[in-house]
Amino acid sequence: MIELQGLTKRYGDKLAVDGLTCTVRPGIVTGFLGPNGAGKSTTMRMMLDLDRPTAGSVHLDGKHYRQLRDPLKVVGALLDAKAMHGGRSAYNHLLCLAQSNGIPRARVAEVLDTVGLTSVAKKRSKGFSLGMGQRLGIAGALLGDPQVLLFDEPVNGLDPEGIHWIRNLMKNLASQGRTVFVSSHLMSEMALTAEHLIVIGQGRLLADTSMADFIAQNSRSYVRLRSPERERLLDVLSGSGITAVTAGDGSLEVDGADGARLGELAARHQIVLHELSPQQASLEEAFMQLTAESVEYHAHSAPAPGPAPGPQPPGSGWGTDWQKKGS
Amino acid sequence: MTAPQHPQPAAPQAPAFAPEAPQWTGGYLSPIPVRKATLADALASEWTKIRSLRSTMWTLGVMVALVFGIGCAIAAAATAVDDNGGGGKDMSALSFGVFGVLLGVICVITLGVLTISSEFGTGMIRTTLTACPNRARVLTAKAIVFFLLVFTITLVSTTLVGMVAESMLQGQWTDRTTGEMWLRATVGVSLFVALIGLLALAVGTIVRHSAGAITAMLGLMLLPLVMTMFMYASALSEVRKFLLQYSIPYELFVLFASGTDGPDSSGPTGWDPVWIMMGVVAVALGGAYAALMKRDA
Repeated sequence: MIELQGLTKRYGDKLAVDGLTCTVRPGIVTGFLGPNGAGKSTTMRMMLDLDRPTAGSVHLDGKHYRQLRDPLKVVGALLDAKAMHGGRSAYNHLLCLAQSNGIPRARVAEVLDTVGLTSVAKKRSKGFSLGMGQRLGIAGALLGDPQVLLFDEPVNGLDPEGIHWIRNLMKNLASQGRTVFVSSHLMSEMALTAEHLIVIGQGRLLADTSMADFIAQNSRSYVRLRSPERERLLDVLSGSGITAVTAGDGSLEVDGADGARLGELAARHQIVLHELSPQQASLEEAFMQLTAESVEYHAHSAPAPGPAPGPQPPGSGWGTDWQKKGS
Repeated sequence: MTAPQHPQPAAPQAPAFAPEAPQWTGGYLSPIPVRKATLADALASEWTKIRSLRSTMWTLGVMVALVFGIGCAIAAAATAVDDNGGGGKDMSALSFGVFGVLLGVICVITLGVLTISSEFGTGMIRTTLTACPNRARVLTAKAIVFFLLVFTITLVSTTLVGMVAESMLQGQWTDRTTGEMWLRATVGVSLFVALIGLLALAVGTIVRHSAGAITAMLGLMLLPLVMTMFMYASALSEVRKFLLQYSIPYELFVLFASGTDGPDSSGPTGWDPVWIMMGVVAVALGGAYAALMKRDA
């Protein structure tokens, strides 16, 4: 379990992470989502005590990272694929990590086998492809067989086979009861792996919700209607108490309506329809809308960049504001 | 519409979520035995790191070749001239080793800087500090491993060069060599060179950039000597003398050549260069610890 308490990081005047409070639970894959520059990597570096928070704290299973006596056996992290010396062989890279935590040497061969790098164990990692580097980084994260796993953009630059492998690996790790925390800027990827979502934008918590809730709240379904008699159709719809919105291309959009009912209504009034199609907004769109709103809000109502506001409890402020609008 | 919070009833290990529980007790338990990591673990790790890089082998190989090759070549050149006593009363056959060591120091500087700056350059430092969040321990382990490595290699090469020079110059210079001179030209020089290596490590930790740190170290080593070449004005003679006597090449020469009262009794003599370098290294390492602990990696 990872607990973030009012985590804040300031670089000069820029707030990279702003009062982040949330909890990452064991047993499931938790997706950490945000656009580029939202503060995901900074947050993960602060979790590992690589960057010192300006305010707030991170606790891993109740302890601060610095207090861990054998950190690799508690937390495994993949930060970036190339956080290794290219001149060292895969085996030696893992060996020096294992030795620093008193992990038996035999474990190195085991994790190399797990990630499928046994055949290139003696090769220098300089010549590795991005995918192989990613696998070696994951081997390093698994070395201590830890309870908590952090992956920063693990699918970046991977081929479909590699993406599939990482996806299953993360799900398996979580099903063993471990805490798995994965950052990504791809909503579509998270929809396939994560069960819980933490969304941040401009360093602030935007949503802390289960994936199922997020999908339910954000997959806006509507029916698109196109007709040469648009005005009459609008009258008929409003006469039946149905609100229709005129879209940019002249079509009408009706939120949450039943397509069959709209078709029957039009037929009863003998209105010609050129299109009657149920539509589903994608999660990617929902995510973009969610994060775009945070940017928009920031630009309009933050004229004086004052000191950081206090820690926000999850579910209040940004998240709920948005959820009201969205649903 | 509302999905269950834990849509994963199949997993038997899935622990119940207790929001305010300070310690999570359920979940995954590793079969790997847990024990505290110590400085000994960090030393083993750093030793693996330093020996598993080709650059280490190349740099140290070149260093041994320079110390041994140039030392022997100069001693061989000296055999051609039968000039007993021409070098002054402080010279001994061992003194010819100084030229090779002087060049070897450049390799030590490069390697000392690279030992830490390459980690910053490649991003390895983040992996290292994740594995060992005790940053002081990381730097301590690096310093011990690097110091012992350089000390051992310098000691072996200077001893070999000394023995070769003594045998080559039999009867010309050998009668002057005392036990104390032997000790100073081998153990003393090796301490001095290993301390320069630590200084490079400290500068590399502070600067974090390979090229910048190596340039700074080479400047520190050579600039004082170069500056003295142009200080002809008599008003600057004291500055000139100071810069000369406390430059690294001169100090190295003192260790190799001087008797108890030295080539110039006003400057450092005997074992002084080792003590001076120890003070400098202590200050620089202090700065390095502070920088590593304080900065974001």
